[in-house]
Amino acid sequence: MADQTLPLPGTVDLNPSRGAAFLEWLHSWVVTVDHKKLGILYAVYAIFFLLVAGAEAMAIRIQLAIPNNHFLSPELYNEFFTMHGTTMVFLVGMTLIFGFGNYLVPLMIGARDMAFPRLNAFSFWMSAFGGLLLYFSFIGGFGLYGMGSAPDVSWWAYAPLTAKAFSPGHNTDYWALALIVMGFGTLGAAINTLATAFSMRCRGMTLLRMPLFVWLMVVTSSLTLITITPLTAAQVMLIIDRYLGGHFFDTQAGGSATVWMHFFWIFGHPEVYVLILPAFGIASEVIPVFSRKAIFGYPAMVAASVGIAFVSLSVWAHHMFTIGMTSVSNAFFALSTMMVGIPTGIKIFNWIATMWGGKIRFATPMLFCTAFLFQFLCAGLTGIMLAVAPWDWQLHNSYFVIAHFHYTLTGSFVFCMFAGIYYWYPKVTGRMLSETLGKWHFWLFFFGFHMTFDTMHFVGMLGMPRSIYTYEPDRGWSTLNMIISVGGFIQAIAILIMAWNLINSYLHGAAAGNDPWDAWTLEWSTPSPPPDYNFAVDPVVRSRRPLWDIKHPNDPDWKYEQ
Amino acid sequence: MSPNFLARHLYSCEKFLSEFEGLAWWPRFHHAAAWAGKEPRYNQPQRPAFPSASVCAAALNRRANPSTANTAYVRLTTLSGKLWRMQQRKNQFMSRSWLLLAACVFLVASSLMAAERQPVPKIFAPSSTAPQTVPSIFAPASTPAYEIYNLSIFVLTITGAIFAVVGGLLLFTIIKFRARKNDPDHEPAQVYGSTQIELAWTVIPVLIVVVLFLTTARIIFAIQDEPEPKSALNVTVVGHQFWWEFRYPALGIVTANELHIPVSTSQHPEPTYLRLLSADVDHSFWVPQLGGKTDLIPNHPNQMWIDPHEPGLYLGQCAQFCGIEHAKMLIRVYADTPDEFNAWVKNQQKPAVEDSSVAAGRVVFETQACTNCHTISGTTAHGTFGPDLTHLMTRATIAAGAAANTPRNLYLWIQDPANFKPGALMPAMQLSDQQINELVAYLTTLH
Repeated sequence: MADQTLPLPGTVDLNPSRGAAFLEWLHSWVVTVDHKKLGILYAVYAIFFLLVAGAEAMAIRIQLAIPNNHFLSPELYNEFFTMHGTTMVFLVGMTLIFGFGNYLVPLMIGARDMAFPRLNAFSFWMSAFGGLLLYFSFIGGFGLYGMGSAPDVSWWAYAPLTAKAFSPGHNTDYWALALIVMGFGTLGAAINTLATAFSMRCRGMTLLRMPLFVWLMVVTSSLTLITITPLTAAQVMLIIDRYLGGHFFDTQAGGSATVWMHFFWIFGHPEVYVLILPAFGIASEVIPVFSRKAIFGYPAMVAASVGIAFVSLSVWAHHMFTIGMTSVSNAFFALSTMMVGIPTGIKIFNWIATMWGGKIRFATPMLFCTAFLFQFLCAGLTGIMLAVAPWDWQLHNSYFVIAHFHYTLTGSFVFCMFAGIYYWYPKVTGRMLSETLGKWHFWLFFFGFHMTFDTMHFVGMLGMPRSIYTYEPDRGWSTLNMIISVGGFIQAIAILIMAWNLINSYLHGAAAGNDPWDAWTLEWSTPSPPPDYNFAVDPVVRSRRPLWDIKHPNDPDWKYEQ
Repeated sequence: MSPNFLARHLYSCEKFLSEFEGLAWWPRFHHAAAWAGKEPRYNQPQRPAFPSASVCAAALNRRANPSTANTAYVRLTTLSGKLWRMQQRKNQFMSRSWLLLAACVFLVASSLMAAERQPVPKIFAPSSTAPQTVPSIFAPASTPAYEIYNLSIFVLTITGAIFAVVGGLLLFTIIKFRARKNDPDHEPAQVYGSTQIELAWTVIPVLIVVVLFLTTARIIFAIQDEPEPKSALNVTVVGHQFWWEFRYPALGIVTANELHIPVSTSQHPEPTYLRLLSADVDHSFWVPQLGGKTDLIPNHPNQMWIDPHEPGLYLGQCAQFCGIEHAKMLIRVYADTPDEFNAWVKNQQKPAVEDSSVAAGRVVFETQACTNCHTISGTTAHGTFGPDLTHLMTRATIAAGAAANTPRNLYLWIQDPANFKPGALMPAMQLSDQQINELVAYLTTLH
């Protein structure tokens, strides 16, 4: 196979020692171009950094639990909240979505691998090493204050705070360089996904018969290609400013701080849709299977996803309502932001309609998806509140915004990713995850999540801004912050339970078989885990649910689908 | 077209339409029988073979002799009947769309009214409009804050209604349609979609967005494009890392961190127009009770206005991450009655108090490099990098709110600013104990 070297005749060691066998196994992972192995590498990398960024969040919450705390110095606090955001978005979010995409897209379309396997490997390793460069900053030199040189300029790194005059150390440089490196990885993965989905579908699988997860990976990849470029461009300009005498964002020499904001948010807003669309894809696979019904309104779901991608490119300045744009500009972006809520709402209604009239089985993946529906509804509504520009003049940069985006990122993205992990883990490893531990994980995480992020809305409306390492005791924020921090700890325990579940079930879980969930897409027709070649015989499909057609020969989908 | 062809066509139309008896005209299912509670699709018996010629003839006869059958039944089951039913549906839709139009007009009109600067109904009135230490956005004390408050209540009502409806549907679904132990063994009816329902839940959100946008735009223009009246007080705010400079150009006053502005009543309106500049990085001026925030961006002057209705102290802080001590860049806004404000202005316009008993401290100040950053008018100190100290003792706090303005805190601050604000740009001046004591004695005379 591609990740094993061909031996010369007479050189094969027929009785390898345990060490040699282990090295051979390790080597196969390092040189692999198999989409399944790379998908697993992406996912393991993401889960590891989920734990790291979660630890950073716990440090932040300990610092903020009481006013005027001294757990973290201001320098370290600023590094931690910057790294928490940067890690979660890039090292956890982007890698996890391309991990799922890499593993599942070829299997779902009946292909043998991705279109460009070596580009696939290159993309993974670029992303991985970019992340390691980012984390090297903690130990690479003492930095200005003896706290390492981790980025401390917030994850949006506004100019001119990032100029050499105001950030003389190397913190900003690590931020910019690590993300440029990771950006190449992301672009490669996006190109690969698009090429695979457009040219490697099995016979009979028209574009409108692809599983919705594949559709959403296609839309995500297209959006990624458009959106990463402004970020890379801005970061290159920043490095030119800092080292080559440029003045793009150097306000002391006539440069523009607002141009950085435009560049960053033209990236930053579609980026969050890049993160959430694959989560929608996972929900669109899990909810039908556990409701025992086909997805309601498949063409509308495709159209809504494409619509979201398009409209999301026009909303970026809703992050800039307070910078002093004209009233007409503010009104335009308020309108476009509200409009992006329409296709999103359509998707929520379609999911509920899928569950309506079904026979809902609340296994762990479905629990996470149901909670996702509720939380995404709330997130969308707080998003509408933030789209109302005058109200945003109060809520911007407050804890209300943090609550909103954690509802979308943790409450929706992470919940769907957990659903996907519980759903496809049996396929990937051949073992079932423990349902008991899964339910413990779910309920603890759900309870902790709401304890933390519901409260955060209120402390934001009481005037608490974000990015502050401490606060005054007479502002009325103390009790609420303590509640938020306790909720954080409950979530941490839930994540540890999940980590334990993942490891323990790999070793002792029940055997999964091909199709433990009685599902309908092509990946469930392969053994668990699938062999290197995926499909022994190229599948031929006639509908969106090829396994339903096989299981219900009197009643196949292709007779009734439009 | 042969009679046989017609017969086949008629027969399948009849069969098809007969299954719609008793059902609503929407939604369109692939197999309505299952949905109507009859045999589920999975176990559906084989479709009957095509009918014999005699049955077709009977059907044709029925159509040829309408008088022999109930007219309505014929209309339901014949080809022309199908057209008739389509026409009925169209009429229904048209009459419903008048209703829809009326609803739209009502919604738009009510939203425009809601966006007027009128107080919300009593039950939604803010709990407090007086200055308080909790800087809540729901305790508006100034016109822009109040307009935002009104708008927020309106938006909350709409989003609350959406939450109740959709959340309620979700809750209903997960309870009603959960799998139960004694469920029959087959899969439920497979429904692929419904154009009518999907259209409805597209059109209604679009209408909601239209309403929300119109109200939002109205308030944007009301606040941002409010023309500046002649009676307005002009203050220039300059953001620094990590303190606020306030300049009153018309009055010749420069002060720091604590803003004094006149109360603005309806009889005597005197809003304060703030011009927002920055000396270094991005900052943001946010006093929630007085209005939304506006950023201070270098090279990008901004403007905002506030008009506190009640005298007192309003609290806020910098709301755009500006570096290591962003958290301790607090704002104190004193809304003064006219008398208080005039007295304050008069005092601020005077040069620094000269007290010969603390001359030693003044010498320390002027010789130990303090003058590089600070101004005390009437002395040789004209530095502009740090706050103006001419009337330091009129302020309740030092270091932009990081500590109360007491002699002890002044001592600790001068000894090492990191005692209160590690990362503040004022260096520890390495002064001796005696020097600091003399300095503090001098500074505490600067009323």
